[in-house]
Amino acid sequence: MNPYLPYPARIERIIVETDDRNIRTYRLSFLYPEHEKKFQFLPGQFAEISVPGRGEVPIGIASSPTEKGYLLFTVNKAGYVTSYLHNMKEGDIIGIRGPLGRPYPWERMEGRNILIVGGGFAFTTLRSSIVYMLENRRKFGKITVVYGARRPGLLLYKKEIFEWEKRSDIDMHITVDATDDPDWKYNVGLVPNIVEEKIKSAENTIALVCGPPVMIRFTRPVLEKIGFSPEDIFLSLEMRMKCGIGMCGRCNIGHKFVCKDGPVFSLAELNELPPEY
Amino acid sequence: MRFVLKDDFLKKLREISKNYKVFVPVKKDYFHLFQELKDDILPDFSFFNTKLSPKSILFPQSERMFEYSLDKDDPDAYILKEAKKDFSPQIIVGIRPCDAHAFQIVKQNFDTPEYKDPWWTKRYSLTTFIGLACNSPRSSCFCLKVGGGPFSEKGLDAIMYDLGEGFLIKDITDKGRDFLDKIGGDEAKKEHLEKAEKLKKEAEEKIKVDLKIEDLLKRPVLSVFESDIWNSVSFPCITCGICTFLCPTCWCFDIQDEVYGKRGDRIRNWDSCMFPIFTLHASGYNPRGEKFRRVRQRFMHKLKYYPERYKKGIQCSGCGRCIMYCPTNMDIRRIINMLAEEKRNESISSLSCKD
Amino acid sequence: MEGYTEKIRQIAKRLFEEKRIDIFIGYEKGTNPFFPRPTLISDPQEVEKLIWNSNCGLNLCTYLTGRKERIGIVATGCVSRSIVNHIIENQIKREKIYIVGIPCKGIIDYRKVLRRIEGKEVLRIEEEGESFKVICDGFEERFKKEDFLQENCLSCTHPNPVIYDELVADPVTPRSERPVYKDVEEIEKKSPKEKRSYIEQAIEGCIRCYACRNVCPHCYCPTCFIDEKIPYFGKSIDFVDTLTFHIIRAMHLAGRCTDCGSCERVCPMGIPIRIFVKKLNKDAFELFSWQSGMSLEKGQLLSTYRRDDYDDFI
Repeated sequence: MNPYLPYPARIERIIVETDDRNIRTYRLSFLYPEHEKKFQFLPGQFAEISVPGRGEVPIGIASSPTEKGYLLFTVNKAGYVTSYLHNMKEGDIIGIRGPLGRPYPWERMEGRNILIVGGGFAFTTLRSSIVYMLENRRKFGKITVVYGARRPGLLLYKKEIFEWEKRSDIDMHITVDATDDPDWKYNVGLVPNIVEEKIKSAENTIALVCGPPVMIRFTRPVLEKIGFSPEDIFLSLEMRMKCGIGMCGRCNIGHKFVCKDGPVFSLAELNELPPEY
Repeated sequence: MRFVLKDDFLKKLREISKNYKVFVPVKKDYFHLFQELKDDILPDFSFFNTKLSPKSILFPQSERMFEYSLDKDDPDAYILKEAKKDFSPQIIVGIRPCDAHAFQIVKQNFDTPEYKDPWWTKRYSLTTFIGLACNSPRSSCFCLKVGGGPFSEKGLDAIMYDLGEGFLIKDITDKGRDFLDKIGGDEAKKEHLEKAEKLKKEAEEKIKVDLKIEDLLKRPVLSVFESDIWNSVSFPCITCGICTFLCPTCWCFDIQDEVYGKRGDRIRNWDSCMFPIFTLHASGYNPRGEKFRRVRQRFMHKLKYYPERYKKGIQCSGCGRCIMYCPTNMDIRRIINMLAEEKRNESISSLSCKD
Repeated sequence: MEGYTEKIRQIAKRLFEEKRIDIFIGYEKGTNPFFPRPTLISDPQEVEKLIWNSNCGLNLCTYLTGRKERIGIVATGCVSRSIVNHIIENQIKREKIYIVGIPCKGIIDYRKVLRRIEGKEVLRIEEEGESFKVICDGFEERFKKEDFLQENCLSCTHPNPVIYDELVADPVTPRSERPVYKDVEEIEKKSPKEKRSYIEQAIEGCIRCYACRNVCPHCYCPTCFIDEKIPYFGKSIDFVDTLTFHIIRAMHLAGRCTDCGSCERVCPMGIPIRIFVKKLNKDAFELFSWQSGMSLEKGQLLSTYRRDDYDDFI
């Protein structure tokens, strides 16, 4: 089995997520059913989306393994490959290589309370995690989510997060940094501040944090103040990647590869590594 | 153990090259390179070491991985197909022990329990390594200090000792025995073995440099990372790719798609952690934009990260090519000793992660 | 070039004591006799590290790009012309650098030496006047420097610095007053087929290490054209991709290259890199009487418009 060979997949649907049209969710289905069977994954993992003629990009899997028949990838238009991807149409064929990376620590998370903190367009694998947990609700304790973006138009998966906000089995706190919409009925404030406001206890809780570096930098001290220990905080990191399987030597932090030993790292693990990311 | 006169050896080698790909060192100008043995090629086994390491025999500098059609009328368009490759058995004759040791180091990267690089591992399994022990190591060689040696057998299927008028050949693995059968030769005599022993002692005594590698391996990773020497040590470096491309233990590569009209290739090229855009994110952020970070990364990877990950010593086989060819004289031996001798308060607890 | 080392150390020490400079860039003794190590010192105690010999062939102007301190630097003729270019192109300010001028008697081409001694390992080089001695393991030979100079030194027209704050010795006589382009003319005489064959052989060994680009002081673009994705230039060692790199780089250096020879010196594969730029510099000289890096008053050739510019091709 050649680990560099992608599975061909068709773009079934493209949904424009944000008002600046820079983030789109691609719904992909495998061309061959045996590939779908091989693609067993857990939330937190990513796949290399291969665009023949342009290259590959590592994108977190936004759909949960409980959603059968398709995969969701939310892609930000950032550079050479993603600009081309954003101009592709439903019915076009691209490739998926994966699943790659280490997922969130689901074995450790069973039976615990879960706190999810997400910012901006890094929320993709967190969506996967939330759908997965809601489908396996009894395995987890209290589920709390704090998700924010700069303004309402930049929130991802709007229909779903507003649905979740209404549910009683999940504590959903949606926030924006600022808005001039008079009908905005949710929170207004930076994600770290909302975390400080709404989360009172770290008891028996594991935190999954995913967002831009500045959000992580300010959320960390808040979580530590509430009482989270570094072994119970998990971050999902980004790095420039090429092979995705720990061989091209590009994405290392210290002796660990973000593609193979990550992208999920506990804060305790990161504290042991050289701060070069 | 067999003894073969040099002329007979060459004759037999040419016969073997009719059925196998045989790579031999060839003199070009004042240096040597490995080339495939053909009728018009004359091997030259009296050399120090080749300029380019033989790593390109298993790991070509540019390699086509896949090909695909971009023609909308083609039913197979946009689906990647593996490029055809020539996987015929090959023999590298005259590889130095440092380069053979280097292949074992690189194997840790391409042959892991979770993933195997299909092309490198296949070529490795089809290659026979016939080593040539070094009678006179150069002043830039330090193989003996990094777990190898001028007469080391690591990673070799058979090893040859240059006794002047002929080669004394010792088989180490089955592949080596196969090669020895094809070469023939006579049973080795006692004086051949004694001469080889003498040459070994003389060669090992030539490598005199004092390298404090054990001291460096003991230092905590974060402490070495935060060392004060990086800024000054990295000043001369021009962050080109000479050290990484000539090094037999460096393996970083890049994957690019190249399009020619209605068809395209996905190819893999050697890349270097010294290049400025090696870690450049699409957002424009570059964790190693500054030169000293890249220089630090190269030496940290070789001397600390690789040993920590694979627990098999440092990622260096002591061939000395980086010392010989670096135009600004960045010397890894100097850096090892500077780091090993640095006096620091090593009871620093873990640092918090900062951007 | 005797006595230069002592003079450089004296000048550097004085500059530090007068607080005229923050750092001094020069060479120190390394572990490879053909490649002394460029060094940066910021402490007057360290001036004893500085040396100068006939193997100091790298263009130290590369290390000036992007620096904001007050810098003392050693410069031969070609290096000083590169500094002039750097000043004209706003990469460094004249007031920030103190140029210690070196009247240069030529740099040794290590490839010529290694060819002559058939690849033996050189352990030490001892210079004396017009000759130098190579010392190998069990072998020694003395050579005349004149027979082993770098190609660019053999046709050097400006061995003395064109700008400087202080010279370490008396100026030397240039080999010729007018630039010499014999090697370019030889290739110009060839037929297209012969030219193609010559170029194929010349570029054959290139391993795309970019040492030539990185050591050149005039290649300071934050993103080099070869690293761009749009348009995408091939990154493999395919002949056409490699030739594209060398030719486009030569175009970017037209009229700016000062023929310091660093690119050929650092190339591990012995590629005759200078030949393309030399051709363009010849055109610049013949068409516009232009020599690079001679005056701080004029702008660069290809970014300055004059009414009497040659335009017969329009």
